[in-house]
Amino acid sequence: MFKEYLNIQDIIGPLILLQDVEGVAYGELAEIKLASGEVRRGRVLEIADHRALVQVFEGTRGISKEDVKIKFLGKGMEIGVSSDIIGRIFNGAGEVIDGGPPIIPSKYLNINGSPINPCARDYPKEFIQTGISSIDGMNALVRGQKLPIFSGAGLPHAKIAAQIARQSKVIQFQEKFAVIFAAMGVTFEEADYFITDFKRTGAIERAVLFINLADDPTIERIAIPRMALTVAEYLAYEQDMHILVILTDMTNYCEALREISAARKEVPGRRGYPGYLYTDLATIYERAGRIKGKNGSITQIPILTMPEDDKTHPIPDLTGYITEGQLILSRSLHSKGIYPPIDVLPSLSRLKDKGIGKEKTREDHADVLNQLYAAYARGNYVKELVVVLGESALTPLDMQYMKFSELFEKVFVSQDEEENRAIEETINIGWKILGYLPKTELKRIKQEYIERYYKPWNNSLPENTD
Amino acid sequence: MSANGTIIKVSGPLVVSKGLSGTCIYDMVRVGHYKLFGEVVEIRGDEYFIQVYEETEGLGPGEPVVSTYNAFCVELGPGLIGSIFDGVQRPLDAINRLHGDYIVRGIEHPPLDRTRKWHFYPLKNIGDEVFGGDVIGYVKESRLVKHKIMIPTDTKGRLSMIKEKDGTIEDVIAQVDTANGTKELTMLQKWPVRSFRRVKQKLKSTAPLVTGQRIIDTFFPITKGGVACIPGPFGSGKTVIQHQLSRWVDADIIVYVGCGERGNEMTEVLVDFPVLKDPKTGEPLMERTVLIANTSNMPVAAREASVYTGITIAEYYRDMGYNVALMADSTSRWGEAMREMSSRLEEMPGEEGFPTYLGSRLASFYERSGNVICFGSDDRQGSLSVIGAVSPPGGDLSEPVTQNTLRVVKAFWSLDDRLASQRQFPAINWLTSYSLYQDVVDEYTNIYIHKNWKMYRMKTMEILHKEAELEELVRLVGIDSLSTKDRLLMEVARMIREDYLYQNAYDLRDTYTSLKKQFLMLSVILKYYDKANELLQFNIELSKIISIPSMSNIAQMRFIPEDNFDEFDRLEAKMLQELEALSKNKTS
Ligand SMILES: Nc1ncnc2c1ncn2[C@@H]1O[C@H](COP(=O)(O)OP(=O)(O)OP(=O)(O)O)[C@@H](O)[C@H]1O
Ligand SMILES: [Mg+2]
Repeated sequence: MFKEYLNIQDIIGPLILLQDVEGVAYGELAEIKLASGEVRRGRVLEIADHRALVQVFEGTRGISKEDVKIKFLGKGMEIGVSSDIIGRIFNGAGEVIDGGPPIIPSKYLNINGSPINPCARDYPKEFIQTGISSIDGMNALVRGQKLPIFSGAGLPHAKIAAQIARQSKVIQFQEKFAVIFAAMGVTFEEADYFITDFKRTGAIERAVLFINLADDPTIERIAIPRMALTVAEYLAYEQDMHILVILTDMTNYCEALREISAARKEVPGRRGYPGYLYTDLATIYERAGRIKGKNGSITQIPILTMPEDDKTHPIPDLTGYITEGQLILSRSLHSKGIYPPIDVLPSLSRLKDKGIGKEKTREDHADVLNQLYAAYARGNYVKELVVVLGESALTPLDMQYMKFSELFEKVFVSQDEEENRAIEETINIGWKILGYLPKTELKRIKQEYIERYYKPWNNSLPENTD
Repeated sequence: MSANGTIIKVSGPLVVSKGLSGTCIYDMVRVGHYKLFGEVVEIRGDEYFIQVYEETEGLGPGEPVVSTYNAFCVELGPGLIGSIFDGVQRPLDAINRLHGDYIVRGIEHPPLDRTRKWHFYPLKNIGDEVFGGDVIGYVKESRLVKHKIMIPTDTKGRLSMIKEKDGTIEDVIAQVDTANGTKELTMLQKWPVRSFRRVKQKLKSTAPLVTGQRIIDTFFPITKGGVACIPGPFGSGKTVIQHQLSRWVDADIIVYVGCGERGNEMTEVLVDFPVLKDPKTGEPLMERTVLIANTSNMPVAAREASVYTGITIAEYYRDMGYNVALMADSTSRWGEAMREMSSRLEEMPGEEGFPTYLGSRLASFYERSGNVICFGSDDRQGSLSVIGAVSPPGGDLSEPVTQNTLRVVKAFWSLDDRLASQRQFPAINWLTSYSLYQDVVDEYTNIYIHKNWKMYRMKTMEILHKEAELEELVRLVGIDSLSTKDRLLMEVARMIREDYLYQNAYDLRDTYTSLKKQFLMLSVILKYYDKANELLQFNIELSKIISIPSMSNIAQMRFIPEDNFDEFDRLEAKMLQELEALSKNKTS
């Protein structure tokens, strides 16, 4: 039924250029049959006259110009979905790899999706309690938000993501909830960490996993987040579920994109990444959200490792320009032994303002967090001064700020991996450490809240806050 | 005539077709079986290069292309206000109703509602001579906007018919006898987006565009008809400032272009603006707003078009004699869309891959702003202010979009990552930002607000600059090296930063501050400073001066309501009295 083509002209990196094709469309899916009988899949990146440029997902290794048959399938890349998909594990080609039976799809969906009409969006505003103070208190996450973790090699982003997946809940509601986990080029160990944690807590029963490991074909990484999000959309908007999508590691995704761009000899943008990296990432991240009249939602936590811990590198930079904030992990907090090592100052949740406050968290939440920010920033500034000048150059108030900033890290930010703090508790800890500062310093907090909640600190300081 | 082009190549948003002869550059075409929207951007021999405004997946060689032989135009007429359009002016709310939650392909829908009736009130009579640009009547488009119906720019003659009636935008409301016969007029006009609308004369701008944002109005003001840019790294507050300006500026019409940014940010406007009240009129802000949304995940070619769609609509309202303000968030995404199309066209790249015409496109876009005498015989004045966000990669201002923008704009609000991470909002860096409109605005504010405005503003800025110098010194040799006078200055600078420049967009009271209140707030701080300096000369301890009870009232003065300025008198009196008391204690 589909015509088969044999005439390969060029093979460059993950791309093949085919001659003398007929009736092929841009974006169309292709099936490439090797002499060994192995079948790979690809996608048309450009079509001009009778020449088609095809990107091969599994890579071109082992493909020769001869003995290869290619057919075009007349449609874009699709994934079959059904409500049975929950609890299953897939590889980067969308095949089941958990040993169970294949999925019997109730329908096939194009993995590219379509942009949501801004008029159809519902503004995300339901506070998600993750039980982690540095998130809930300082950078609250809401349902339908896209909030990435900017990490670095060797930092515990996987632990944090797993803790979020385990503990997240919306205070007022108990509804259907599932996690979709997409691993792109991560190590076996890291993928295994998630799978084991999901199994331990039973979360695997309400999770869908897509796994592409470091030694799996790189080009598959282009399709994985799109498959994951297509499944997410199906579950959220057709099955009324609240979906948390964890994408790790987006840096590997971007590198796969760079590989294709280089093979096409495109004019590179910054650091060799293609000029359309922003637009491409947006077609992934913008698939988070809420839709009016639908019960479900899609919340995204993409994880990326910043090359050289540099947040101005194009991958974190362009991600930050698209997502609704970012959680940044700090190597220096990590080496001080603080878990989770979230550096709240450069971290940000842009949607927190509509998710917190009276009847959502607590009326004083916004003021408290603004004050904590200001005080912590000042404390850190003082610390910098001390490095240069020594403590003798400080005023007594400066000294208090410096101690405050340590309290903040040791009492507020630091918590156990299994510790699930209610939001009340988080805010109360905030007040507790603000008690270390004189009342008059609390300029960002309304008088009435100060009167209600402020208590001077009269415990002794915790161990080794010298 | 229907031309029959055929697709020969598809590469992302770029399609190449043969056989479109007779089609001009920038004409619209319909591409493929889906009839996708496209615009001819280049012609090489028999090959027509088309940028397609919709997703091209599934398109292939051999499919038909049909030319419309018309340039890409926007529709201008009643019904614009309160609407949200995509980059090529398709009405997103209607599309949402008819086609569901996602934007699918090949949707054709007229921008303006063809069925809605408007009541047309004539302002001219039969027999009157009319010229292009003349206002012949109006409709009440919203509770805030009288939409003036103007004679098309190329028409002149004598009115042979005009009548008050209820009609749709396509109904004839007037007739003009022209040299070339009778011309029927409706309330609908079309205008090619890439050409600017004519004005009679450009004027200097003279009045401030009041934003209610203290750091902007006081230190880096913009005028009605002025141009400003807001560069800053991600999360530094560009969008919040643009939203704040759309809410609070004293313009008559706001056009907000979301160019390649987040869907939720457009939704936020759609949710908030019908509820938020314009401080001047008390009516919902949506009644004066037009939204253009091409979010980052929508087709990139339409992003390139969206700023033109926006500015043409803005010019149209300016032509009615209104003060219009256009926000473009973000012009960098527009520049990137140009870069992407340019690279698909295989043009010779300029700096960082951007096309060599980046600078001239940016300049001619900003040049469409201004304070003008409108086209038409009554010499009415209108203005169009343009405020563009710039998103430099890595926050590095040396990149091409920022640099080309700085060459044309006159107010520069530089957002600073460091301030943003300290939550010192708006994170406009007061040491590096500037406004070339300051003199013009001083003249105005000195007359209309207070004769000391300029003096106060300069004095305050001087304190901030001095603070920066002293900070350097402290970093090197410690706070001990400062005299008490300098330490006082540091304290006052802190007050200026924390109690004046810091402004919380999400606080109901703090979100907007009138010029009058800005002046009163500055005045409290400066009076404190003067008095405190005096006390230092009498050897009164600095620690006492900076811990008088009024300090916490000063910190709260941004919450003083706009209708209760007596509060400032009381605050000032209390503060001076407390300071006075310090010196009495000392001498007694
Ligand atoms: N005036 C303000 N008051 C309170 N919060 C603010 C203010 N300005 C900015 N913020 C905070 O900073 C966050 C980021 O601001 P914003 O979304 O405007 O950044 P941006 O510069 O537009 O970033 P991007 O380039 O990624 O779009 C906001 O979500 C808000 O939390
Ligand atoms: Mg923004």
